[in-house]
Amino acid sequence: MINKKFEPETETLKEVSKKLRKEILTMIYNAKSGHPGGSLSCVDILNVLYTKCMKHYPEGEINPDYENRDRFILSKGHASAALYAVMAHCGYFDEKELMTFRKFGSRLQGHPASGKLKGIEVSTGSLGQGLSIACGMALGLRLNKLQSRVFVFMGDGELEEGSVWEAAMNAAHNKLNNITAIVDRNKLQIDGSTENVKSIGDVNAKFKAFGWNTIEIDGHDFKQIYDAIEFSKKSDKPFVIIADTIKGKGVSFMENNPAWHGKAPGKIELQKALEELDR
Amino acid sequence: MTRECKSVRSVYGKTLVELGASNKQIVVLDADLSCSTQTQQFAKVYPERFFNAGIAEQDLMTTAAGLACTGKIPFVSTFAMFATGRAWEQIRNTICYSNLNVKIAATHAGVTVGEDGASHQALEDISLMRSIPNMIVIVPADAVETEQAVKFAAIHKGPVYIRIARTSLPDIFDSTYKFNLNKAVIMQEGTDITLITNGETLVETLDCAKILLTQGISAEVINVPVVKPLDIQTIAESAKKTNRVVTIENHSIIGGLGSAVCEALSENYPVKVTRLGTNDEFGQSGNAKELLAFYELNSEKLTKKIAGLIK
Repeated sequence: MINKKFEPETETLKEVSKKLRKEILTMIYNAKSGHPGGSLSCVDILNVLYTKCMKHYPEGEINPDYENRDRFILSKGHASAALYAVMAHCGYFDEKELMTFRKFGSRLQGHPASGKLKGIEVSTGSLGQGLSIACGMALGLRLNKLQSRVFVFMGDGELEEGSVWEAAMNAAHNKLNNITAIVDRNKLQIDGSTENVKSIGDVNAKFKAFGWNTIEIDGHDFKQIYDAIEFSKKSDKPFVIIADTIKGKGVSFMENNPAWHGKAPGKIELQKALEELDR
Repeated sequence: MTRECKSVRSVYGKTLVELGASNKQIVVLDADLSCSTQTQQFAKVYPERFFNAGIAEQDLMTTAAGLACTGKIPFVSTFAMFATGRAWEQIRNTICYSNLNVKIAATHAGVTVGEDGASHQALEDISLMRSIPNMIVIVPADAVETEQAVKFAAIHKGPVYIRIARTSLPDIFDSTYKFNLNKAVIMQEGTDITLITNGETLVETLDCAKILLTQGISAEVINVPVVKPLDIQTIAESAKKTNRVVTIENHSIIGGLGSAVCEALSENYPVKVTRLGTNDEFGQSGNAKELLAFYELNSEKLTKKIAGLIK
């Protein structure tokens, strides 16, 4: 079904993702705090979304077409390091500023803050709220007769929040086919496996039952990511991409280890991680 | 005494319809209580700008937040218990932290909710709302003040909480009244004691002051429709004059108007303050009148209590 010609310059995307991963780790090391696991699991998707699929204007309101931008909500706000890295890559701000991440006075707050940084549509950090915000934005864009799309990025542990399912009902009820939700299905949360903490079960079947169109992809395969996002744009219903990902992806000792959910690497660990990424 | 009373909820609904005609950015959301909150009036005229979230208050608030992100001016209504209790964190973290232009007009607060009992009687909503940065908190006392507060909210940029009474209320203000965000209203001047109130207890307090006068007690009555930002100056000046303050509210004495007044006075002009409202307790079933009497918030009980304080 998804056979749109794709020339995603996979090599370039790969290089960019590698750069972003290194920045994420360095930012978190430098801040002595942050969330490497979930940032590394979502960064390939954010890379494709921001560099290939989303209509956005890093220069902001100066662009006359600004109102027509697609909207992005990082509902899993703790993956802020990944978002900031990709935003800097796109030119929202200088990459040097990444090193202020989580520091006093920084625009790069621990969790995204719209009052601090242009390009953040709405503040997030408290889980379970992004999908409802997306519904409100989608309704507003429809009333404003804008063709813009709302992309909302959720964690899988976040699906334990009941409010997500209130919003899932809302989107289907209001036929909000201008929403693309992405679930970072890395199968881990702080306390361990999502299935041990509180089984999330069949995410695909759940969203289908709530009246959504769904697709399951490998969240680290650039072509699959691109195709799924582009396909979602033509959906007749709200659309969710369930991305199978690896928490801590790209750093062997972080991969699939919940201990790295919210812990900064030390100096030696950072060095090891950066070397691995360069290999 | 019997007075002609107006449904302030109905006034709220009517005002929304009026605002909706001139401002196409206004949208209204409810959570399956549009008959009770009277947002149904707006829904009937502008169905394309009305969204029913169903029984899902968290979704209600954050959807309103999303609409505000696209330039809309959402008015959100449900009972005060669910608006401020169930969805507090959505209001705090999404609406207020992002300083979004969302107006929360909640009905059914205080013991005057009546027969539904404690589960539905929000006695903490003012406390919950005024502690959030960026939030403005308004408690109107009659139809005129309600209409003006709603109109103010529509033009103010940023989150606003308006507590709309369930009960019908007599007119206190006439059409010359001008709601002012930064100004409390001295309703009656006096020299012996300052009575500070708002909302449904204003009419009771005014009646109480009249009775007190017959007993030789001169009470100054201040209406404080805006609990945040609080008009500290008017309150402190009155305290300087009377040296004795009583706060009266259809809310818990913990965290509401009484607390706000105490905070302001203790820093500016410390005098003895007595807070009247519900104590550290839940409400109960009964009709509004019975409950106002039981919690000693009607004019008769207030008079007794306040006269006792003066002695």
